[in-house]
Amino acid sequence: MSSPTASHTTPSATTHTTPAAAPGLAPERKGPAPLLELAGLNVSFGRRATSLRRAGRTRVLAGIDLAIGPGEILGIIGETGSGKTTLARATVGLVRPDAGRIVFDGQDLTQLDRSGLREFRRSGRVQYMFQDPLRSQDPELTVRQIVAEPLAAVGALTRQGRAERADQALTLVGLDAEALGGRTPGQISGGQRQRVSLARAIVTRPRLLLSDEPVSALDASNRNLVLSLLDRLRRELGLAVVVISHDLSSLAGIADRVAVLYRGRLVEQGPIGEVLDHPLHPYTALLTASAPSVRREHRLLPSQLRAPAASSGTQSWPDDEGCVFAQHCRFADDACRAEPRPGAVTDTPASAAYAVACHHTATWRDQLG
Amino acid sequence: MSQPAESAKAAPRTAVLTVEGLDVTVGPGVRAVREVSFTLERGEAVGLVGESGSGKSLTCRSVLGVLAAGCEIPAGRITLGGSAGEQDDLTTFTRTQWDAVRGKRVGAVFQDPASFLNPSLTVGRQLSEQLRVGSGLPRSDARSRAVELFTAVGLHRPDEVYHQYPYELSGGMLQRVLIAIAVSCAPELLIADEATTALDVVIQAEILELLNRLRTEQGLALLLVTHDLAVVAESCDRILVMYAGEIVEDGPTAEVLATPAHPYTEALLRVASIGAWERRDLEIIPGRPPETGAELPGCRFADRCAYAAQQCTAGPVALHALGDHRRARCLRPAGLLDEQVKEEAHA
Repeated sequence: MSSPTASHTTPSATTHTTPAAAPGLAPERKGPAPLLELAGLNVSFGRRATSLRRAGRTRVLAGIDLAIGPGEILGIIGETGSGKTTLARATVGLVRPDAGRIVFDGQDLTQLDRSGLREFRRSGRVQYMFQDPLRSQDPELTVRQIVAEPLAAVGALTRQGRAERADQALTLVGLDAEALGGRTPGQISGGQRQRVSLARAIVTRPRLLLSDEPVSALDASNRNLVLSLLDRLRRELGLAVVVISHDLSSLAGIADRVAVLYRGRLVEQGPIGEVLDHPLHPYTALLTASAPSVRREHRLLPSQLRAPAASSGTQSWPDDEGCVFAQHCRFADDACRAEPRPGAVTDTPASAAYAVACHHTATWRDQLG
Repeated sequence: MSQPAESAKAAPRTAVLTVEGLDVTVGPGVRAVREVSFTLERGEAVGLVGESGSGKSLTCRSVLGVLAAGCEIPAGRITLGGSAGEQDDLTTFTRTQWDAVRGKRVGAVFQDPASFLNPSLTVGRQLSEQLRVGSGLPRSDARSRAVELFTAVGLHRPDEVYHQYPYELSGGMLQRVLIAIAVSCAPELLIADEATTALDVVIQAEILELLNRLRTEQGLALLLVTHDLAVVAESCDRILVMYAGEIVEDGPTAEVLATPAHPYTEALLRVASIGAWERRDLEIIPGRPPETGAELPGCRFADRCAYAAQQCTAGPVALHALGDHRRARCLRPAGLLDEQVKEEAHA
């Protein structure tokens, strides 16, 4: 390895270029069994015929292997349309995968029938926190009613009991249940609304929380407040959290691991500090170099990483051949375009698993101008 | 001025936009923007930052003459001083007068590009329409000029894009189309109101680079409105910080970020994105801003300020000069406090 990995514990045995049929990124996990495990997950959506293409299916996610342990925070990053939201929705059973397993707490959700899946969702063991509180909260209900709603679906408590649990959840997210419980979403601030969404998501005492861009609509202070809350809840309640976010810097403040999605494939995953500090995949490097900062500390510039004729155009999915990023990668060569996408798995000396899908993990940095 | 005299002589400063003592009310007596004054020079990029509700969008909507119904400008002057040297107050403009300003001398892009385009017309047609109406180009010229502009804003295969409908383009491409439309009539000033907020970081960096390139190539002045201090840090010469309707700090970006004079700027800096990826406690700004239009006797930030003293709430605090090119609305500018006071405040 000639890449500058000086201050770093990146794996020395970067066994990349394995054009063998390694279908996805399956980092070896050590330690306790994961709470949620996705294996070889494929999701596609039906596509209507247009003048240009016949009807068929559009592949949205392919070969996703991911795991999250109890009390762990996993960040998911990637561009618009890379499949982040679909991944989260598939995990709660809102989208049916074509292939692969979704194992939650030992139970394979893909084996459940419709009613089994509905029962699973209603159990409240996994909760979903939506991006836009204004659109996901009924403007006519009070904050207390909004937070208590999932409990009604679980159907275990009395009306009085639900109200009490709602107030507890509001207190947990740092809101004054007494003062705000009777207000409607229109009468509270944006930051408070997002905390109400969080209270609603934890009121059933879930084991796993999926939050889809919980902070994109918030200013920096409220963003940090909501993320710190997630961090506190995982410590106090042992809640596992999946956070989809564009803000890499604040995400790095709370997350343990990060998974980088590009056009439906995982291109890199590992401990967040390691991945963002010294990306092994050129796409991750482009992401970190593009992240705005009040301190210019990035070692690389986005222009050093963009392909000369990078187009943000809509190009066809490169099927199962080649690397998904090849069309936009400055360092791509014929091998990247033609050979099956490498499923390079690297095992770090540390306990956390690390995986990267690139033919040139060890060498692309040498070509930087 | 602390700038070298030679450069000042070589390129005489021409104000593109001057806002003086601007007040905007959002209801009877509810002053949401208070005595806002600033200027933009030719080719200068100024970042206007603040939390939601700080009045930054109202300020730039006033400059564009697109305030919502119910909003009024009871006081203040807004003038565009271009090469022609006209000095007309935009706040008194009639609809017809605005037609000669909006889209011609001042262009604008907003957060959600799709909502500013007609979904049933190709984007090329929408740009050439602007060129025909705005610059009076004949049909065939407008078309070739549109393709040129699409190339200039970095759209690949501009001939194809010309014939595409908004739904066929990604958010980043739509924002480029909007920028092409905004700069089509060679405006002096481009206002970008949260123009990159909805984009992912890779596309955001590309759009900021594009705006910067247009600024250098066309001598365009840029007013970048954002709640993200990091975006301003990356792309602006000067920064204007707004809090609860007022400008609380104004100065060169590098200096303001290195030694913020107003405690609110300092707080924004503490919560902003940094280019580091370590695990850490994420800081917040405690408390919340006063209600829109609330009338307070003293400093509007005092109840959230770590350095607030008795004199801060006693009477109005003026925006006063700190050196030649910085202003701050603070009696105890944070950057000038001695370390001991700072430590005590944060303890």
